[in-house]
Amino acid sequence: MRAFRRTTARVAVLDRPNVDTDQIIAKQFLKSIARTGFGQYLFLDWRVDENGNPRPDFELNNPAYADAKILLAGPNFGCGSSREHAPWALLEYGFDVVVAPSFGDIFKMNSTKCGLVPIELPAEQVRKLIDEVDAQNGSEVTVDLETKTIVSPNGETIPFEFDDFIREELLEGRDEIGRTLMQEGAISAFEAAHPVRIDTAALAVS
Amino acid sequence: MGETLFDRVWASHVVAENPTLLYIELHLVHEVTSPQAFEGLRLAGRRVRRPDLTLATMDHAVPTDGGPITDPMAKEQLDALRRNCEEFGVPLFATGSGHEGIVHVIGPELGLTRPGITIVCGDSHTSTHGALGALAFGIGTSEVEHVLATQTLVLPRPKSMRIRFVGDLPFGLTPKDVILGAIAQMGVAGAKGHVVEYSGAAIRAMSMEGRMTVCNMTVEGGGRAGYVCPDDTTFAYLEGRASSPTGAEWERALDEWRALVTDDDATFDREVVVDVERLRPQVSWGTNPGMTTSVDGRVPDPSEFSEPSERATVERALEYMALEPGTPIEEIRVDRVFIGSCTNSRIEDLRAAASVVRGRRVHPKVRALVVPGSAIVKAQAEAEGLDRVFTEAGFEWRHAGCSMCLGMNPDVLAPGERCASTSNRNFEGRQGRGGRTHLVSPEMAAAAAIEGRFVDVRELIGAGA
Ligand code: SF4
Repeated sequence: MRAFRRTTARVAVLDRPNVDTDQIIAKQFLKSIARTGFGQYLFLDWRVDENGNPRPDFELNNPAYADAKILLAGPNFGCGSSREHAPWALLEYGFDVVVAPSFGDIFKMNSTKCGLVPIELPAEQVRKLIDEVDAQNGSEVTVDLETKTIVSPNGETIPFEFDDFIREELLEGRDEIGRTLMQEGAISAFEAAHPVRIDTAALAVS
Repeated sequence: MGETLFDRVWASHVVAENPTLLYIELHLVHEVTSPQAFEGLRLAGRRVRRPDLTLATMDHAVPTDGGPITDPMAKEQLDALRRNCEEFGVPLFATGSGHEGIVHVIGPELGLTRPGITIVCGDSHTSTHGALGALAFGIGTSEVEHVLATQTLVLPRPKSMRIRFVGDLPFGLTPKDVILGAIAQMGVAGAKGHVVEYSGAAIRAMSMEGRMTVCNMTVEGGGRAGYVCPDDTTFAYLEGRASSPTGAEWERALDEWRALVTDDDATFDREVVVDVERLRPQVSWGTNPGMTTSVDGRVPDPSEFSEPSERATVERALEYMALEPGTPIEEIRVDRVFIGSCTNSRIEDLRAAASVVRGRRVHPKVRALVVPGSAIVKAQAEAEGLDRVFTEAGFEWRHAGCSMCLGMNPDVLAPGERCASTSNRNFEGRQGRGGRTHLVSPEMAAAAAIEGRFVDVRELIGAGA
């Protein structure tokens, strides 16, 4: 997993509630067996029209948001399907961080597993950040995961909460599977103490 | 203090703490969210720790018309699943094996889904399996890889919540109406971060199929997992299934399952009460499952909403759905009808739809599709003659798969087409770019197919409303 410590970057605003993962990356692109190639399809139906031309009224097409690495979003961002292709597409499009009042549970978990940093702030604080960014027609924000702070366009420092264990994983870009495999003893002990109740192989007819 | 079923199942699967490592007893795999996970194992030289607790099926991308796959990318994805299963020794129910089907239909049907076990799958509707008293939730591809390699998950503990349904279910009301009504009441983020216990007389009176419909849509209310405490209905459903225990083992299992209760004095982090007596058949009008109302209701007017972002959301939804504010639901005409998906494609769903369809004809302007959830459901429906009820009425009768639930296969809506669908998501473009989805029960979908618009199915079948 890629590591993340801090970034100072431009911000894009997508001020809509309940943005679902079907919008972030549509199902026709989930047929790929690769982990890459999704960035170009991010929000495709919102970003471009039937002829492939950019829709000028879609937020991310606002020139003030070009090259943004931080996305400010509405509540329940990433609800719906479990497709990890959604955070993959956001990362590949150029976002490192999404700040929102809340996230879909699975999306949030998926993001932390592939290096996209989902930060929850109270709705009023997200609103204030959005207003500041929009007042300056796009501007820079600093996100520091190590100190768990955001510096707003006006220079205000905003602390945020973040699960300590997941934060360490993101800071180090840790291989979580490798770490769990070091607990082999505990897993084997659990298996020895708990008899197997299921055998899928007994059913297989392939 | 008393314990919930969730407390009990969680505690009995903890391998290590700080962070919590949870043991997974059943891992279901399908073609869409697994290829990158298997590739990750390959690159790191890792193996699948417990192939005997893992089962793969083909469902999302398969065509349901019985023809060969013509989409080269879908074919490559299915071929990749087959290769990966062979290489890593994972049992696979491939298309044509007679056991294939939607992953959330086959788990319970084969008796693999059981009370008290932990189940994951790279699919958000894994919550379905909670209907049998399992702790079951959807995960992403990185976690699929983690479970394949370690049979565990690193997981912060979700909060607990109870949705209590009070009142007697009015005649003709279905489990789909109950869960759509609950989501309309609490919103699509209402259960966010929580594992939801469904309780109340209406749940106790429901069949296993009905409970699966309810638990299936937990994620549409934002919940991580949903479950029903097992009871005699659960045990009767499981007895004699292909993978269910037999003889003395069955008795032992029953003793174990009977202990899986939520104590009377157990507490939840949140409680929500839903009155089912006031419910009528539900129809969604917007672009998320919370945007739902009664069949005798109207599409809302954005001006009714004072909060600006809410008003904008409703405006956007109505624009996408091409609906005028205030339109009576019963005046909305449909082009397509889809009966299927992991929400409503089990034998009981098909029986319910067939009972409405019998002796009637699909409206001449409607194209209607019935897609059984599994090969076993299909065979059973055919043995009962349900396929003929549907085809004689003018429905297409298909092979098992996800079909038009997500339009990743040839079954899609054309831009602008409007569909009455028994699936679980009415997101923009979910059933095909520009397609417009209205979520309903199988009975309501069947009625819409016949009338060409939404009607209260209870009037159609003369049951009285
Ligand atoms: S039927 Fe629909 S919701 Fe269910 S697993 Fe298939 S695509 Fe997902």
